[in-house]
Amino acid sequence: MIEGILVEGLIYGIMVLGVFITFRVLDFPDLTVDGSFPLGAALMVQCILLGTNIWLALLVAFVGGVLAGVTTALIHNHLKVPNLLAGILTMTMLYSINIRIMGNRANVPVLKEETILSRVTEMFGDKIPEEYILLIFFLMVVIIIKVLVDLFFRTDLGMTMGAMGNNEQMVISQGVNPKTLKTIGVGLSNGLVAISGAFAAQYLGFADVGLGQGIIISGLASVMIGEFLVMKSNRIGVLTLCAIAGSILFHGVMYLGRYYGYLIQMTPNDLNLIKGVLIILLLVVTQSKKLKKVAIKAVVDK
Amino acid sequence: MIALKNVSIVFNPGTVNENQAISNINLKINEGDFITVIGSNGAGKSTLFNLIAGTIVPTQGSISLNDRDITREPEFKRARYIGRIFQNPLLGTASNMSLEDNMMITYKKGFKWLKRSLNNRMREYFRTELLQLKMGLELRMKENLAMFSGGQRQALTLLMMVLSKPDLILLDEHTAALDPKNAQIVLELTHKFIQEYKLTSMMITHNMSHAIEFGNRLLMMDKGEIIFDVQGEEKKALTVEKLIEKFHQIRHKTFENDRTLLSDD
Repeated sequence: MIEGILVEGLIYGIMVLGVFITFRVLDFPDLTVDGSFPLGAALMVQCILLGTNIWLALLVAFVGGVLAGVTTALIHNHLKVPNLLAGILTMTMLYSINIRIMGNRANVPVLKEETILSRVTEMFGDKIPEEYILLIFFLMVVIIIKVLVDLFFRTDLGMTMGAMGNNEQMVISQGVNPKTLKTIGVGLSNGLVAISGAFAAQYLGFADVGLGQGIIISGLASVMIGEFLVMKSNRIGVLTLCAIAGSILFHGVMYLGRYYGYLIQMTPNDLNLIKGVLIILLLVVTQSKKLKKVAIKAVVDK
Repeated sequence: MIALKNVSIVFNPGTVNENQAISNINLKINEGDFITVIGSNGAGKSTLFNLIAGTIVPTQGSISLNDRDITREPEFKRARYIGRIFQNPLLGTASNMSLEDNMMITYKKGFKWLKRSLNNRMREYFRTELLQLKMGLELRMKENLAMFSGGQRQALTLLMMVLSKPDLILLDEHTAALDPKNAQIVLELTHKFIQEYKLTSMMITHNMSHAIEFGNRLLMMDKGEIIFDVQGEEKKALTVEKLIEKFHQIRHKTFENDRTLLSDD
């Protein structure tokens, strides 16, 4: 059970990193995620079925996600469409595209095919107990991705992106086009989301067009739970770590809902409601915490 | 250096809210000029700055830099040679980032690549430059800008802009949102930097004595026009009274109006 939660949390943690980049670093609420997650899954599965090298397949999924994000950013930048709407547009178009990629089917299984996961299990099957192989593998994958993201945001380009989310005028004043930064950032974020989708498809054993439904809410809830763990930090390494931890905790809560929800007459259909309520609760708590801080400050100032 | 030729701008043309914010302005900014700009609210001072900085494009006329037409060049490209400081001290720096990161982003203009330039040599350079502000900021390199006061942030923005060596700097009432003590400090720093680095600059101010005290040239604006442009010896001889007098001669307005127009606080 616990390995299941951890593995799921880690796989979706890659997606949460993407959501963290758009929502928190770029201040660009991007809903493309609902489409780019199944896009990654569809591309991965289709490449596997075509017999492509599995690592190349992962790269294809990443590039597909980047293109989806770039589309959203371009719609927002050049047609002056609000970012939320631009994301919804791309997401809606991706629904059809994903079905096309999967050969006009809504669900494509890869249970019998060789995937990255089956290959890894094969390689280490006799040395490590089976249930831990995937856990260790995903732990490594997520650490690598996290370190790469951290490194990116410590470069000049990454730092400027962080500044833009906070103060767009400052970036303009430095002679940098914020549109370019948004395109790079949203593209990168959706690339990560697609990788997450690609791994999810292999883990679940199928790609489904509905795989991404409400995924943005899961991502956002995870980011918020993660922020809850640490009060405030300006260190990107801490923030990304929190996002991943948030994802694991979130999947823990969802797991409890799925398996023990029946005790309070809950069905799996209620999970989306639970996600929403969870976000609202987190908002309420953070809000009251902030208010308390302001109140204390007011007293001290007197 | 920078020249505006017959520049006009109309906001919301063809509607009831049509507003001629700038009408037919001709202005030549010479290298080394320190121009102070005064005028009532709505006279078009900030709009003039927006035109020069490229935030808005004029409906008519052209803007050129050293005979190169820049009328339609976007703001972010012009920012590479035009520095600007706003009234709001939060606009020049990012609150959620540390001082050293902020300095790293602002010290060089233009697109940033996948390179990590912040190293100990840069930190040392930043520290030495921060000493000029005499605010003790060099000891707080890792702190977030959110912890700094408006005066400190404005002084920092000023320093970073100066270090990027712009051809022209635009100061849009950059001390108006600060408390009197900090406003004085930032103003003195401005004066010092402009002299030291021989910067071509324009400064909007509501304070008439500042407008007279600083700079070698003074522009007075009203209703989208430059009604008075004075420099050199004539500018040096100006007093607040003479300036108000001058305004009367040109606009035939009553004194009560001017008090609010050109307040001397």
